[in-house]
Amino acid sequence: MTANGYLQLGLFLVVLLALVKPLGWYMARVYQGQPVGLDRALGPLERLMYRLFGTRPDEEMNWKSYTVAVLLFNALGLLAVYGLQRLQGALPLNPQGLGAVTPDSSFNTAISFATNTNWQGYGGETTMSYLTQMLALNAQNFLSAATGMAVLVALIRGLSRRSASTIGNFWVDMTRSTLYILLPLALLLALLLVSQGVVQSFSPAHTVPLVQATADADGNQVTEQVLPLGPAASQIAIKQLGTNGGGFFNVNSAHPFENPTPLSNFLELLAILLIPAALCYTFGKMVGDTRQGWAVLAAMTVVFVALLGVVAWAEQAGNPRIAALGVDTVASDLQPGGNMEGKETRFGITNSVLWAAATTAASNGSVNSMHGSYTPLGGFVPMFLMQMGEVIFGGVGSGLYGMLIFAIIAVFIAGLMVGRTPEYLGKKIEAYEMKMASLIILIPCALVLVGTAIAVVSPGGTATIFNTGARGFSEVLYAFTSAGNNNGSAFAGLGANNIFYNIMLGIAMFFSRYWIIIATLAIAGSLASKKLVPAGPGTLPTHTPLFVVLLIGVVLLVGALTFIPALALGPFVEQLQLLQ
Amino acid sequence: MQFVTKQLRPAIVALLLLTLLTSVVYPLVVTGVAQVAFPAQANGSLIVDSQGQLRGSALIGQHFDQPQYFWGRLSVTGPVPYTAFNADAATGSSGSNLGPINDALVGPEGTVQARITALREADPANTAPIPVDLVTASASGLDPHISPAAAEYQVARVAQARGLSVEQVRQLVAQHTAGRALGLFGEPRVNVLELNLALDGR
Amino acid sequence: MTLQKAQSRPLFEPQIVQRAVLDSFKKLDPRVQVRNPVMFVVFVGAILTTGLWLQALLGQGEAPASFIFAIAVWLWFTVLFANFAEAMAEGRGKAQADTLKKARRDIKAKRLANRDLRLNGDTSTSPISKLQSQITSISSSDLRKGDVVLVEAGDFIPMDGEVLEGVASVDESAITGESAPVIRESGGDRSAVTGGTRVLSDWLVIRITANPGETFLDRMISMVEGAKRQKTPNEIALNILLAGLTIIFLLATVTLLPFSIYSVNAAGQGTPITVTVLVALLVCLIPTTIGGLLSAIGIAGMDRMIQANVIAMSGRAVEAAGDVDVLLLDKTGTITLGNRQATAFIPANGVSEANLADAAQLSSLADETPEGRSIVVLAKEKYNIRERDIHGLGAEFVPFTAQTRMSGVNLNGQQIRKGAAESIDAYVKQQGGTFPTEVRTVVENIARQGGTPLVVADCSKVLGVVQLKDIVKGGMKERFAELRRMGIKTVMITGDNPLTAAAIAAEAGVDDFLAQATPEAKLKLIREYQQGGRLVAMTGDGTNDAPALAQADVAVAMNSGTQAAKEAGNMVDLDSNPTKLIEVVEIGKQLLITRGSLTTFSISNDIAKYFAIIPAAFASTYPQLNQLNVMGLTSPESAIASAVIFNALVIIVLIPLALRGVRYRAVGAAALLQRNLLIYGLGGLIVPFIGIKLIDVLLTLFGLV
Repeated sequence: MTANGYLQLGLFLVVLLALVKPLGWYMARVYQGQPVGLDRALGPLERLMYRLFGTRPDEEMNWKSYTVAVLLFNALGLLAVYGLQRLQGALPLNPQGLGAVTPDSSFNTAISFATNTNWQGYGGETTMSYLTQMLALNAQNFLSAATGMAVLVALIRGLSRRSASTIGNFWVDMTRSTLYILLPLALLLALLLVSQGVVQSFSPAHTVPLVQATADADGNQVTEQVLPLGPAASQIAIKQLGTNGGGFFNVNSAHPFENPTPLSNFLELLAILLIPAALCYTFGKMVGDTRQGWAVLAAMTVVFVALLGVVAWAEQAGNPRIAALGVDTVASDLQPGGNMEGKETRFGITNSVLWAAATTAASNGSVNSMHGSYTPLGGFVPMFLMQMGEVIFGGVGSGLYGMLIFAIIAVFIAGLMVGRTPEYLGKKIEAYEMKMASLIILIPCALVLVGTAIAVVSPGGTATIFNTGARGFSEVLYAFTSAGNNNGSAFAGLGANNIFYNIMLGIAMFFSRYWIIIATLAIAGSLASKKLVPAGPGTLPTHTPLFVVLLIGVVLLVGALTFIPALALGPFVEQLQLLQ
Repeated sequence: MQFVTKQLRPAIVALLLLTLLTSVVYPLVVTGVAQVAFPAQANGSLIVDSQGQLRGSALIGQHFDQPQYFWGRLSVTGPVPYTAFNADAATGSSGSNLGPINDALVGPEGTVQARITALREADPANTAPIPVDLVTASASGLDPHISPAAAEYQVARVAQARGLSVEQVRQLVAQHTAGRALGLFGEPRVNVLELNLALDGR
Repeated sequence: MTLQKAQSRPLFEPQIVQRAVLDSFKKLDPRVQVRNPVMFVVFVGAILTTGLWLQALLGQGEAPASFIFAIAVWLWFTVLFANFAEAMAEGRGKAQADTLKKARRDIKAKRLANRDLRLNGDTSTSPISKLQSQITSISSSDLRKGDVVLVEAGDFIPMDGEVLEGVASVDESAITGESAPVIRESGGDRSAVTGGTRVLSDWLVIRITANPGETFLDRMISMVEGAKRQKTPNEIALNILLAGLTIIFLLATVTLLPFSIYSVNAAGQGTPITVTVLVALLVCLIPTTIGGLLSAIGIAGMDRMIQANVIAMSGRAVEAAGDVDVLLLDKTGTITLGNRQATAFIPANGVSEANLADAAQLSSLADETPEGRSIVVLAKEKYNIRERDIHGLGAEFVPFTAQTRMSGVNLNGQQIRKGAAESIDAYVKQQGGTFPTEVRTVVENIARQGGTPLVVADCSKVLGVVQLKDIVKGGMKERFAELRRMGIKTVMITGDNPLTAAAIAAEAGVDDFLAQATPEAKLKLIREYQQGGRLVAMTGDGTNDAPALAQADVAVAMNSGTQAAKEAGNMVDLDSNPTKLIEVVEIGKQLLITRGSLTTFSISNDIAKYFAIIPAAFASTYPQLNQLNVMGLTSPESAIASAVIFNALVIIVLIPLALRGVRYRAVGAAALLQRNLLIYGLGGLIVPFIGIKLIDVLLTLFGLV
């Protein structure tokens, strides 16, 4: 990689980390009900909404009520997305006259968007009407993100309260997330993106003449190009901020109308990691010790940078088989070099790998390059970032609550090693927490492994595998990894818009998301009811580099031990084949 | 059960209200502001020539395989390369998704070799190594850009086909080359459609 | 018949080992195995591979019969080794229990017919004869709570009880291992007696306080035998984590079969992974090291408590001891020596210090109280004044009386007296002297600093003041500093006034003190700490300690204490040594540390096992993967066998560590974690690479593969 490449990566991290504190501070105030400025304008609207909901903002819920609220709200959202897709042919705002989406695809997409996964079996511009994109998908981009943030805040309350029976009010947490955090940021980002050339229009597609006509496979002359439009900028802004990742167009953020310039790319990249990173500070602020937040953020950043290094190296090294054909793959000031298959010229290697790492570290899943064409080692990085349970930044809210669960496990092992009943932030970690925490790490692993296992030996699963050999296995593994961890990115070689994958992946996304939410809220409830043990010299500090190392170790080890055999049969063996 | 039914009304009302806010009010506000503040960008950054004719989008590449044009990245969209949208075939933007050791990519019959052969045949005199972006498919299939190295590789061929001097073509290339944003972000790149339109417009 | 001090018991005592070997086979019972989920998986794997071996013998094998046989055998060994570890730990307990059981023989007891019999006010010369007429002989096993028995010199005390009448010396060595007899008497803090101990002199009337099977001895036996061993909260939590990991690894290996089938098709070569290899991989991955040693660690922890002569009433209490963050310690006897000692001579104006010392020594020669002895000692140390024979000098000793509140000596016209300031004041005034004001000031200063002033006078002349002070036991300051590093706060409990208490607290280096402590104040203090989320440990012996003991999280009752105190506590210290709490805390911590360290070790081992097994398992499909065979293992078979053998042997190798416990160091939590992470985490990563390679080399050397 060139010096400029390192500079771009470094600058991105610096800008990201610089934004953590101000945004994190702001979000902490939002969740603690303190004045944030915006509430002067939006306060009346907020209060009106609570009145219409029929809920009192100061009426708190215990963990069971909170869980019921989350699940009910998500179930309704899921049904709405399903219904809108099935009925879009009869609904307005459908200038291309697209018909109803198939039942299995609708099922998959409904779960996908409600669970903040945003796996897309379909191609956006050719499947979804403007109405569906807006009312169904766009709404869930906000609401699934707000759900994740609310669950996180509930867990944080569980950690910070003592001997309490309640963990907050879901309707308040969710509404405030949307109103004061997601909407303002999305509005700002959307307009910045439009300025860069991201389309935002309700006009039908433009038809333009081609400069040079071409012939299709049947010899028919094609002289025109149809340029699809749509309200893309507003959706893309939230898809990045809410770690949703569901693209407006088929190729997602590789599409020039979704991500036209290096600047738009930088902004979108920032948006992917912004909230998950800043929530770490919010967490620290809310538990009364910002060092705790920085420690978690440090663990995330270290793993991120290390794996970013691997993918950057692998992709910049390029494909030796292409180089062997007499192709110049060496980076210079005039060309990006490396493995450019499936990458856009304006992004080159640097911005493609940065995106690949960011989008899978966060459970975003949008792409600006095709992971399916990455070198095996390069493709291993996004896959492994997901396999670690989407806790390296992770989804908005969900990433941090996942990481906190890992922290609980790390604290448990560390606590034993220093001879004390483990405690995290003054809360004793006991059998009940371990039971829930074990289930939380177990579920995604089980969904990924079992799903992949079924797929690779059933005709429905193998029929649409596009690449041969170990690559084909990686495609399936990647798909279930993505679904089972609610990421949504794809090794797009796999044809996933069929009944088998729509159903299987739908199930994986559903259980991964909601099971973890239930177990997390259960832990929140259990922790809230506990006494707070004051810290002393015998307490293991959880803000030190040592703990950061331990936390990283636990995350890496669980991910690695679970997936090494599968990874060996996919990316590892393929990398060895590539180098042969 | 009571604590389930108690949450039913907020769930329904919240879904409706927040959908209205996030899916109707928000996109409409963005659209309104965008159409006023950035009308060109919001509508696809269209290229309109001096006669007022629509010539394409500055952001969406087109397919070129004739020697007098600069060629862009490979595109595997269907039914023809650089199909941004085709309602009948239900196709649009797409990458190749070929793995790095897939014969369809790197085999003797693969796309890379086919492109190399095409490039060599179009300009047998050019024995320089081919820049990698010229033999690989872009992610979107609509990439409007190639690297400056890829443009330079083709300068001699285009100049010869058009009867221009290499310097003249090189100058045009330079005019349509964008550097890194703020000298820092992204990669230097040449807009193929704009460059070819400029060549035709000479 | 003294209880063997466990320190003297070697780790692998041949008798225990013999019994443990036998027991490890007995424990192959599936009903026993199923209790430990991790080892149960190994157990099932062993049965499965044995079946596969038999199938291979019949010519239907998925792999060479010899290979399957080797794997099956080592899986059985893995199970047996884990059983052996547990049996060893139990065996050590049983050996101890056997010694105790000898004390629990059936004894003929002398039951008194009249339960309310009292000798109150009976001053006849031999009250015992009155009792002897009322006894009926009964077997101790027929005694019930509330019965009243007579125990005479030479008799064994039939059952736990409380002394109603009499004073006797009792040999409690069967319980405590301490050969010196102890005094037991009615009322006060020395009224509890334990069944199985023997009265050496005099007699006691005892009310039985336990039914057969519930006595202290019974409880002790069942604790050491581990019969009543229940999993402790932490052990349960760890078990859940281990079960979770086991399920993950089960999924990771089971799914390998379809993955492998797909890969064989995709690569167009090789054969799918065999069930034998899958089982081998699974067993290597699941945390068998900690799973196999977990119960042994728990039993050994209890065992270590017993070695320290502390009987814990539950494993929970042992574990809680590791979490203690506040220690309440009685001042007298725990922090300070039981008695005050002379530390300085402060003369009055016009008197030399040597003269004062000489007079003080003379006055104390015949004073056998500890205070008096300490004055003699100090005089010798400071002025080299030899001890003189008081009778040889022709001196007349004036003993302390409640009236005079002074003691002293009359010698050659000298009338030396020493006593409290008020008494001497009265004495000198009576002799026509005055009490100098500067001496009064000294007296007040000493009192303020927590000392006791003794004024010495000769006739009407006040010579000066002897300062008596509480003497903090040697090494206590260091001990408390150590506790502070462990994160434990020490609180001194004393009946002294706050000034005195503060002075001693400062000298001893405790973090805090409770002065003028009443039982209520103690209880309140414990509750306050607990409200703040802290875990409180205390020791106590008196009946008035019982409420506080019951409230404390870890309560160590002195064996010499009352029955009420022993019932309220959750541990009993047989040595009745109040500083034992510190040891108890360390043992509790050690228990957790051993579990945590071996868990870490067990899991880090997996990386190396993957490197051994994965290339081997897919050698036929993807020969390229052999590049991951970083250990350069000879063949796929030897690689897999080496990993399995290593996995089994490591259990055996770690048994001593599990039984002895990982050493606890009194350093901060972070330093401790760093150390243990390096040893057991990083070590666990590296060791198996070496171990597996070594086994592979040996297997190859002897042509076993």
